[in-house]
Amino acid sequence: MTQLIISRLQFAVTTSYHFLFVPLTLGLGVLVALMETWYVRTGNETYKKMTKFWGKLFLINFAMGVVTGLVQEFQFGMNWSEYSRFVGDIFGAPLAVEALLAFFLESTFLGVWVFGWDRLPKKVHLLSIWLVAISSNLSALWILIANSFMQEPVGYALRHGRAEMTSFLALVTNPHVFYQFPHTVLSGFVTAAFFVMGISAYHLIKKNHLDVFRRSFHMAVVFGIISTFGVAGIGHLQGMYLVKVQPMKMAAAEAHWETENPAGLLVFASIDEQGHKNTSQLEIPGMLSFLSYDRFTGEVKGINELQAADVQQYGPGNYIPPVTSLFWSFRIMLAAGMWLVVMSLLGLYFYKSKRLEQKTWFLKLLLFTIPIPYIANTSGWYMAEVGRQPWIVYGLQKVDAAVSTSVPAASMLIALIGFALIYSILAIADVYLLVKFIKQGPEEASPEALNHEMKGASLWT
Amino acid sequence: MDLNSLWFILIAVLFVGFFFLEGFDFGVGILLPILGKNDVDRRQIINTIGPHWDGNEVWMITAGGAIFAAFPNWYATLFSGFFLALFLVLVALIIRGVAFEFRSSHSSAGWRTSWDWAIFTGSILSAILWGVAVANLIKGVPIDAKMQYVGTFFDLLSPYTIIGGLTTLFVFVFHGALFLSLKTTGKMAEKAAKTARSVGLLAIVIVLIMAGCTYFQTGLFSSLGAGITLLSSGITLVLANVLLRSQKVKAAFVLNGLTILLFTVAMFWGLFPHVMISSLNPNWSLTIYNASSSPYTLKIMTIVAFTMVPIVLLYQGWTYWVFRKRVTEKDLHY
Repeated sequence: MTQLIISRLQFAVTTSYHFLFVPLTLGLGVLVALMETWYVRTGNETYKKMTKFWGKLFLINFAMGVVTGLVQEFQFGMNWSEYSRFVGDIFGAPLAVEALLAFFLESTFLGVWVFGWDRLPKKVHLLSIWLVAISSNLSALWILIANSFMQEPVGYALRHGRAEMTSFLALVTNPHVFYQFPHTVLSGFVTAAFFVMGISAYHLIKKNHLDVFRRSFHMAVVFGIISTFGVAGIGHLQGMYLVKVQPMKMAAAEAHWETENPAGLLVFASIDEQGHKNTSQLEIPGMLSFLSYDRFTGEVKGINELQAADVQQYGPGNYIPPVTSLFWSFRIMLAAGMWLVVMSLLGLYFYKSKRLEQKTWFLKLLLFTIPIPYIANTSGWYMAEVGRQPWIVYGLQKVDAAVSTSVPAASMLIALIGFALIYSILAIADVYLLVKFIKQGPEEASPEALNHEMKGASLWT
Repeated sequence: MDLNSLWFILIAVLFVGFFFLEGFDFGVGILLPILGKNDVDRRQIINTIGPHWDGNEVWMITAGGAIFAAFPNWYATLFSGFFLALFLVLVALIIRGVAFEFRSSHSSAGWRTSWDWAIFTGSILSAILWGVAVANLIKGVPIDAKMQYVGTFFDLLSPYTIIGGLTTLFVFVFHGALFLSLKTTGKMAEKAAKTARSVGLLAIVIVLIMAGCTYFQTGLFSSLGAGITLLSSGITLVLANVLLRSQKVKAAFVLNGLTILLFTVAMFWGLFPHVMISSLNPNWSLTIYNASSSPYTLKIMTIVAFTMVPIVLLYQGWTYWVFRKRVTEKDLHY
């Protein structure tokens, strides 16, 4: 039991932490690649400055993503060995493909990109950042194929006491992937767009390098508006899909206890999880039916009916995930998302009407909006993963049957505390460096500038 | 040959790639504070592996993923069994990985020294622990009838496995010194070659001890091929030392690379067809059959591997060609 709690905590810590860095990598890689593309096409040095400035921030963030990703590759075996035995025949494959297809490509060509500025023809250098950007998104695809299997198992048969793959094609074309992948990748793009907009806003307020940050802002706001609307649109489709395939997750996220037709959407609810009801709530009539089916009528099954059905299908047990935290994490994600939609619309409007730089309040607001996508990302994943409880693989294996039995709880505790400690120290160093380079602005951030600075510096032993 | 054996070989290949490539990365990292007496030196040292270390590390990640995909029970037993050891490896690789990126990003001496220590500690821990892990695989560990590791962390540490750790340590440091000598110019290249000459001798001694202990402590020599391969790795190591003394650094590097290859092959060969040996009861050992994925998954993964691995080799090889020039004090990025 202790092992289970510690392992779940460790997975939550290491994975949430890893996913602080991944979204920015997904989006910023593409943005930096676009900047360099403009540089190569126009020869305009401003774009080169942009590429190097944002590229440096990309590298610091990328390093954190890589090292925290290491843990991800091994902790299934360490803490979840029984899960690994049960689904390894299926789950291991996308992980191995991810490494072969994506990790090699991105790490190798990132090295080429960083060290190749003076050694490669411009176009080959440009190709290398595109390969990095594409392969990090490819990596997202493969890990989401793996995660989608946990959400909605397909292409398998239960044989020899485990789940065995019967169709690789079914695994990679899991319908779940078609919602999860664009939703995740586009939210990465949103994260990067607001990162670039926020930092550009900071420098526009300070009137530093106006050419660099106006262009950066322009690229980011266009990129941002497309991806913000993309995330929202896909998110709606995904919600409708989840009502069909993971009704319990959606019902819990809506604190929707009883089956209703038409069903109302709760803006606010005071939830009594023990009593399986809400003690007070604010409801928009018919709206949950609309979100589920795109029309204002239609039956949406409630938690209590779903629980009874699950007991019938899977045997006695509690199949209700933690309702209160799901309800609020879903609302936090939605609120953050709406905030981002508004901000990107305003950003585009002010930019196009050439009033952006006069709107200091808006620029400041943009700076403080940088964390919002991170909050949305984390609460979104919280909903996806916690909403699957008590299952680790939906309908096939429960979390408590998945944890390693042979590892002493004390060892697990050492690892949990160790990872948490190291991650905290690294977070401080990471933020410190990011802030330093952000404040320095474009010129000082480039590697050459660093070399000049060091050449004159005194040596030390 | 069946797919199970093929995947065993493929995983051996991934480990050969990992030990060969990360071997010199670890070696270079360990030599950083020893050969780098000032910041320019240290940056020169780090820049020799700068473009490559991350790509090299992916060999290990891929080996992990491949074990998961092809032999889930091996993945489960190994990583849950070696829990704390693996935790230490991960910590080592984490601090080492960020250190490369972080150290150059700030010029205060305290900052840089801290990250240099992170690189050194991360490298030396990884180099030793992987040797300990391999030695445990070949020696056998307590595994019960249900494929569960029933020992503790300290059961993984025995004189034999520690010698295993020292073997990889010295061979990797030798490898790193040779690599540094090849990739730098002037004084640094000379210093690295000088270090290689002394570390090379130590490596011979420790490999001989390791081979001797392997004969008495494990069943490796019951396979004639594995035994001969292990002994050959000793011979190539001696040859590497001889070549180094006649100023043929490049040939010495190749020969030591061959040592790593032969050593790794010998270990896997000695293990075959087991993947983890139970010291409690030979019948409880994990083999390429009872630990494997289904034939279908193995088939799919074979197709993937045979398409992707050659492509990876091609473009990684290309990067070594792009950055073939020696690193001088003039071209420092990190």
